[in-house]
Amino acid sequence: MIKAVVIGASYGGLEAIGKILIQLPPKFDIPIIIVLHIGHNTINSYLTSLNNKSGFTVKEAEEKEIIEEKTVYFAPPNYHLQVEDEFSLSLSTDEKVNFSRPAIDVLFETAAWTFKNKLIGVLLTGSNSDGAEGIKIIKKYGGKTIVQNPKTALGKTMPDSAIKLSVPGFIVDLEDIAEKILELTMEN
Amino acid sequence: MPSGTKHKNYDDSFYDQGNSDILEIELNLLLQAINLKYGYDFRNYSITHLKRRILHRLKISGLNTISELQNKVLWDKNFYGIFLQDLSINVTEMFRDPEFYLMFRTKVIPILSTYPHIKIWQAGCSTGEEVYSLAIILQEENLLNRTQIYATDFNKSVLEIAKHGIYNKKEMELYSRNYHDSGGKRNLADYYTSKYGSVLFDKSLAKNVVFADHNLVTDGVFAEVNLVFCRNVLIYFDKILQNKVLGLFSKSLAKRGFLCLGTKESLGFSDHENNFSVIDKENKIYKKLQVQND
Ligand SMILES: C[S@@+](CC[C@H](N)C(=O)[O-])C[C@H]1O[C@@H](n2cnc3c(N)ncnc32)[C@H](O)[C@@H]1O
Repeated sequence: MIKAVVIGASYGGLEAIGKILIQLPPKFDIPIIIVLHIGHNTINSYLTSLNNKSGFTVKEAEEKEIIEEKTVYFAPPNYHLQVEDEFSLSLSTDEKVNFSRPAIDVLFETAAWTFKNKLIGVLLTGSNSDGAEGIKIIKKYGGKTIVQNPKTALGKTMPDSAIKLSVPGFIVDLEDIAEKILELTMEN
Repeated sequence: MPSGTKHKNYDDSFYDQGNSDILEIELNLLLQAINLKYGYDFRNYSITHLKRRILHRLKISGLNTISELQNKVLWDKNFYGIFLQDLSINVTEMFRDPEFYLMFRTKVIPILSTYPHIKIWQAGCSTGEEVYSLAIILQEENLLNRTQIYATDFNKSVLEIAKHGIYNKKEMELYSRNYHDSGGKRNLADYYTSKYGSVLFDKSLAKNVVFADHNLVTDGVFAEVNLVFCRNVLIYFDKILQNKVLGLFSKSLAKRGFLCLGTKESLGFSDHENNFSVIDKENKIYKKLQVQND
């Protein structure tokens, strides 16, 4: 029984994440928690457009916010996003990890601790290696992992690094990731 | 027992799905041990955050389990000192969130200006960048001379740094930009002197500042103030502790006093929400109501 999906992306991530969220059917009710590297830029207009185009409530995660169904949470710029416990998220301003804040590894690791084998981790396009360690930890805690096929990624370093560090559960073309997520949650 | 091999990555760590119940037990025992031995109570801090810091220390110390770490924390004072630094996140900046400081200048300063004498408490001031930022604003608004600032933290080593007001020159580029964006009227460089890659802030900025050791979890009110500044500290606490500390701030504030929290922190959903009005929602600036609702 999958309880959450975590997604990480960097360079090329705006489009890749948009694609996946729009492909998922509105009845998909598992919370989705996302770290997208965006520097200090605000993502409000991006979130509003996703909110309109996808079937979900898309928002920036707030401090100690309760995790709800049918909701997509993005890490706010310049804060790490953590899964605090099964029911809530938390933010942190501590040091950058992999030169990034928010860092994908922080989200993935804290999600793995909490959701263990009830988690799907998805790592997408990017030109650094944040998230590779996270994918490995999600696997270690029994979760399912999907890495975007580097051939279909604008930034190949991020998926490549994850594939090099551990053997992800699935390596999937961008086009087919939403479907893979659905398939893995069908087993619920 | 695990073998004594050294671990480089979290991933190689001894903990996994199969034994994470033990990890939870060890974490609880460690926090209890620290409280009993040293009187620092971390039991109501964000547990995920603590776990990250603790596992990080485990990794770089070459220890396998939190039980081993607990042993060192109890018996090795130096190690505890280092470990305490891990748990108190001291990341800070001058004029962090410039927009907040701009709103502070626009909405709070005009009211403070009407007071004959101003008292300010900056709780969780870390290495002092925030204290010098505020002092600069007060100076530019001609209020510094009639202001008393209490700058507190529970970490004595950061207070030492704060007292000296010496920072890395490399940071000044960002700080200057922040200062400018926050409505600064001069050049940040007017307030410090540079020497060998360091900068020393003007001593006169800190002449009315008292730096003091104060633990928000265990210590009480120590002064009645017109403004409490506590940014990016509550974020490390759980809801229960956040609520308790907000109560402490409420008690410390004179009527119509101001409370400034970090951009991602809020009074919302706490027991004290109704005792304050919102001055700036985005920037988390609140004002204590004259009549208390409890
Ligand atoms: C992330 S820093 C924030 C610094 C500054 N206020 C800012 O916003 O840039 C958090 C500070 O809170 C302090 N702190 C944590 N727990 C505390 C407690 N129980 N009592 C007092 N200070 C505490 C830490 O030592 C650290 O210096």
